[in-house]
Amino acid sequence: MASDEVKVIGAWASPFVMRPRIALNLKSVPYEFVQETFGAKSELLLKSNPVHKKIPVLIHADKPVCESNIIVEYVDETWSASGPSMLPSTPYDRAIARFWAAYIDEKWFPSLKSILKAEGEEEKKAVLAQVEEGNALLEKAFIDCSKGKPFFNGEHIGYLDIAFGCFLAWLRVTELAGGHKLIDEVKTPSLSKWAERFCNDPAVKPVMPETATLAEFAKKIFAKPTA
Amino acid sequence: MADEVILLDFWPSPFGVRARIALREKGVKFEYREENLRDKSPLLLQMNPVHKKIPVLIHNGKPVCESMNVVQYIDEVWSDKNPLLPSDPYQRAQARFWVDFIDTKVYEPADKIWSTKGEVQETAKKEYIEALKILEAELGDKPYFGGDNFGFVDIAMTGYYMWFEASEKCGNFRIEPECPTLMASARRCLQRDSVVNSVPDPEKIVEFAFKIRKIYCV
Repeated sequence: MASDEVKVIGAWASPFVMRPRIALNLKSVPYEFVQETFGAKSELLLKSNPVHKKIPVLIHADKPVCESNIIVEYVDETWSASGPSMLPSTPYDRAIARFWAAYIDEKWFPSLKSILKAEGEEEKKAVLAQVEEGNALLEKAFIDCSKGKPFFNGEHIGYLDIAFGCFLAWLRVTELAGGHKLIDEVKTPSLSKWAERFCNDPAVKPVMPETATLAEFAKKIFAKPTA
Repeated sequence: MADEVILLDFWPSPFGVRARIALREKGVKFEYREENLRDKSPLLLQMNPVHKKIPVLIHNGKPVCESMNVVQYIDEVWSDKNPLLPSDPYQRAQARFWVDFIDTKVYEPADKIWSTKGEVQETAKKEYIEALKILEAELGDKPYFGGDNFGFVDIAMTGYYMWFEASEKCGNFRIEPECPTLMASARRCLQRDSVVNSVPDPEKIVEFAFKIRKIYCV
């Protein structure tokens, strides 16, 4: 008989790994966090996610679930009685939440990553403009989705809050490195307040890395090899 | 009050067809509007300002975008018949995983097969077959990815099944010898009423594929 135990295979610095951890915290589900070593993949990871060989993987009663946003929905559906729903109640609002989560992964985060990798002022300006355009869209999306409540999902943190909020530590690292604010009270007032609420939530705080710690880590992994 | 359902679509689109199939599986009456992708309608630009892409489902004036998002929406709104997603959370997660796999690992090489030639095309063909083989292993001996019932993953794949012949002709290769059971499932899906009424004549897709290949593949 498979035990009901829950494991998350991941790494502390990965924003994608943060997603299932926040979801499990919101539902008060205890889990074992199995950390992968940077640069190597464990037997357990390769066995649990043979198709992509990527983190995060949630293992529940010995069955693996892969892909961070899919894991969040699985947690929400499996432990539906243990906390408020992470998705809105109407099919339309759910479709909107899923739309923005996909936008964040397919368009917004890749442009954020490009800022750190950009070489030269021209390229940096171009990618910054892309991210700011995205932020303006997300600022409006927040106003539309939250309908005056504290989170994208309303009263409580939900799927879209998690999908976007997981990137806040990396966003702050990018702001520090580039000397350029991306989410702030002037450009994105609603998102700025939301970000603070999100990061201070008890389900999020234990798994969100400190900006300084992440900045050190970023320096190591993005270090350009000396000639 | 009757529902107003409009679908902004493009006839050969493997993404648009998914929405058509889902609506027909549920017996939903809808108005199909053909978009000219080189001259997009003001309605499309207004309803999908972020991506400006089809399909867009407009239900009582409110737009839903992104094909599998549209399919999931249709499943949730018209939940009284033909469920497209399983009810068990683990099975649902598996269905979503495979749709994500299809939209990344099948989509990218499929796109290159009709739009490129030479080495790039050869690499794309290899990657495409590799992805189809992984799907075939997942299918196993089930008639559909959904098990006994046509469902979410089958709908996602049908967009590619309808392009099989065009891909084979553009790439000069055959899929069946590599993936016989996937091909059998494809034939089963292509015979379904909702699919027959939604997919164009395969010859027209081949013709379309060669027409755009001339433009992209200089």
